[in-house]
Amino acid sequence: MLTVLTLVTGVAALLLAAWCGWAAYRDQPTKDWHFIGMAVVSLLAVVQLVVGIVLLARGEKPEQGTTIFVAYLLGAFACVPAAGFMSLAERTRWGSVTVAAGGVVLAVLEVRLYDIWGG
Amino acid sequence: MAVTEEKPTRTRLISGPGMLLVWFYGVMVVGAVSRSAYQIATEFDRAPLAYSLSAVAGVVYGFITYTLVRGGETARKAAQFCCAAELAGVLIVGTWTLVDKSAFPDATVWSDYGMGYVFIPVLLPVSALYWLRRNRAVTP
Repeated sequence: MLTVLTLVTGVAALLLAAWCGWAAYRDQPTKDWHFIGMAVVSLLAVVQLVVGIVLLARGEKPEQGTTIFVAYLLGAFACVPAAGFMSLAERTRWGSVTVAAGGVVLAVLEVRLYDIWGG
Repeated sequence: MAVTEEKPTRTRLISGPGMLLVWFYGVMVVGAVSRSAYQIATEFDRAPLAYSLSAVAGVVYGFITYTLVRGGETARKAAQFCCAAELAGVLIVGTWTLVDKSAFPDATVWSDYGMGYVFIPVLLPVSALYWLRRNRAVTP
């Protein structure tokens, strides 16, 4: 369950990154549609956070430790919203670049989460 | 300075590419601080030097982020100084980890020039220094 979710979130994050990267390439700020995309990716991260906590509550143990696992879950959860708010403050192509960077960072976090959980 | 000139507002350091820099610095703050806090709390004895260096890196990143967000000429100079220190840190620690691996039983944020962080630690100060130089207060 968690592995599938990690994969889906990671791919969604990369798609978001590509999409916002495209907007930046075309010299555009993030628009409503981009924010909907960010909301979808953030929602996935929330679901992942909840599922992760439920798994922990059930007594399952991440391979590399519970603290690290929770820290990464929280980081993944905060990543895209933070970048989204920054793009609201920066209504140029650079806001789009920031969200694209946020997507890439989230994808990296997902890879780490996969390792930490133990595949 | 011309007398008629209005009191200049603080130079904004986070407009345009500056916003991207703040994002990356923010990520590095979270990465370095949480990592070192965890490692110092749980396994400090294993690699005290490495974990302390990560903590220092985290503090420097935090300060740079703050100066960037605050803006203004003083903050810009402080940021410039810290970015130079950061660059020196990455280069020195990066070389150190390559030359004397035994000093570092575990990795720091700056090991191998930040390879574990896709070389962001070495690219970031370079681009930040460039950005800060471009935003120098224009001398009258």
